[in-house]
Amino acid sequence: MYGSWANRLLLVPATVWLLVMLVLPLLVVIIFSFGERGTAGGYVPAFTLEQYANLSARFTAFKNTLLLAPTGTFLCLLVAYPLAYFLAVKVHPKWKTLLLVMIIVPFWTSILIRTYAWIFILGGQGLPKVLGFLGIEGVRLINTPTAVLIGIVYAYLPLMVFPVYVSLEKLDKRLLEAASDLGSSPIEAFRNVTLPLSIPGVATGCMLVFILLMGEFLIPALLGGGKVFFIGNALVDLFLQSRNWAYGSAVAATLVIIMLVTVSIYMKLVVRNQQ
Amino acid sequence: MRIYTLAVYLFLYIPIGIIVLFSFNAGRHASDFHGFSIKWYGTVLANPFAMEALATSLIVASTTAVLASIFGTMAALALQKVKGRIRAIYDAAIYIAIMIPGIVIGIATLIALVTAFKFLNPVLENFWPGFLGDAPHLNMGYASVIASHTMFTMALVIVIVRARISGMDRALIEASADLYATPWRTFWQVTLPQIFPAILAGFLLSFTFSFDDFIIAFFVAGTETTLPLYVFSSIRRGVTPEINAIGTMVLTVSLTLLITAQFLLRGRGSQSSTQ
Repeated sequence: MYGSWANRLLLVPATVWLLVMLVLPLLVVIIFSFGERGTAGGYVPAFTLEQYANLSARFTAFKNTLLLAPTGTFLCLLVAYPLAYFLAVKVHPKWKTLLLVMIIVPFWTSILIRTYAWIFILGGQGLPKVLGFLGIEGVRLINTPTAVLIGIVYAYLPLMVFPVYVSLEKLDKRLLEAASDLGSSPIEAFRNVTLPLSIPGVATGCMLVFILLMGEFLIPALLGGGKVFFIGNALVDLFLQSRNWAYGSAVAATLVIIMLVTVSIYMKLVVRNQQ
Repeated sequence: MRIYTLAVYLFLYIPIGIIVLFSFNAGRHASDFHGFSIKWYGTVLANPFAMEALATSLIVASTTAVLASIFGTMAALALQKVKGRIRAIYDAAIYIAIMIPGIVIGIATLIALVTAFKFLNPVLENFWPGFLGDAPHLNMGYASVIASHTMFTMALVIVIVRARISGMDRALIEASADLYATPWRTFWQVTLPQIFPAILAGFLLSFTFSFDDFIIAFFVAGTETTLPLYVFSSIRRGVTPEINAIGTMVLTVSLTLLITAQFLLRGRGSQSSTQ
């Protein structure tokens, strides 16, 4: 259809954009992570592992993230699985698209506004006050790990529902009939047939949610009130307040490495098993 | 099961509903509902800072959407002809662009551009031809936000348009060539009309993403303030009913665009099944 030169020409803007705005900045982060901090902040060229050796200075942020990100992922899965199962197996096909669209739509609207809604709900003038009227006094929700976890499940649920739904939707219903013909109870059939076959979807959902949670900033910033501190919050502090670019780059590079390890474990366990 | 599903949908939509509901509340707090009023909308519209942030966001989002859908479509068309290693490199870059958390993109872009500008600005000052007036001073602002948003959303458009191209009827293009249409004419009369819904959906998703993005703009906007940045700093100063009004307006914009995009992408399915 197009001569080869025309084809190359079409690729020019995308190539330039990906190089300048993706590849180059990521390389800069890697280079800076081996550098030193300037006296007035910023970066001084050097080759040292000092920044990486010093990672434990932000131990709390790493600990919180590595504790709450998997917990949040697991809670997402707990809430999402029954919903995905219902949508894939029980719902009339006529309603499926509408119900799926209704799950995905909130995911694309402003996460900032949706998280703000929870400040409103969990804050002192919201749910705790309502509970106060009902006689349950002294409930504190905002600025606790619980609030952060609620915010996480709320924000990332759609991302978990979709892959699980897709894996359950593909499931061959005849396998369940076969299981029941061979004397399995519905619960046994679920445990021995449905659950194992939905594992790839579960793994995909968990990987997606976990990766994005590792870089989360807004939810802990708004619902954790500075007490529940993620790596993302440490990064904002390092780059926008203390301007320690070299150390910040090392933290960011470590974050990317954790994410890459997650993806490669996922690839090994799931993608290869499927082939 | 039904009740559970209903509960999850309520969980997803109640916070949004609360924002909308309380944007019309005459009182200041969630717990004192003083009846219907649109006074907070009046406050927002009369607030010059909010209006300026809105204008900035609209400029950034529309420029991003135009650039991303043009460059993304060009790349998607060209990539069908690219095979082997080079194709694998492009695919990897596109998936990295989509998967990498916004915070990492924000940080990387910030330090890469600030460093590049530090070298480029003296060069520009020394070599700028005098008859063109003063040398431009490169800085973080509109251009850096647009460039960064375009990188991510362009990758998204490539994926969406490519899916549409692969679902396209090849025979039509061959028929067009058999009837002696030039490649250019085939593109305008055969290819473009078929992929247009996908391009439009990509455009709307790009606009929504850019309009709603907080974390990338947080790092690369320089002294400019987009609407999410304005909302974030307002939340930091305390929860006010004004934010509910802004939130409702933002949600209305994104929901309208998203539902249109979903409609366009769904139209694709029914169309290709009738062909």
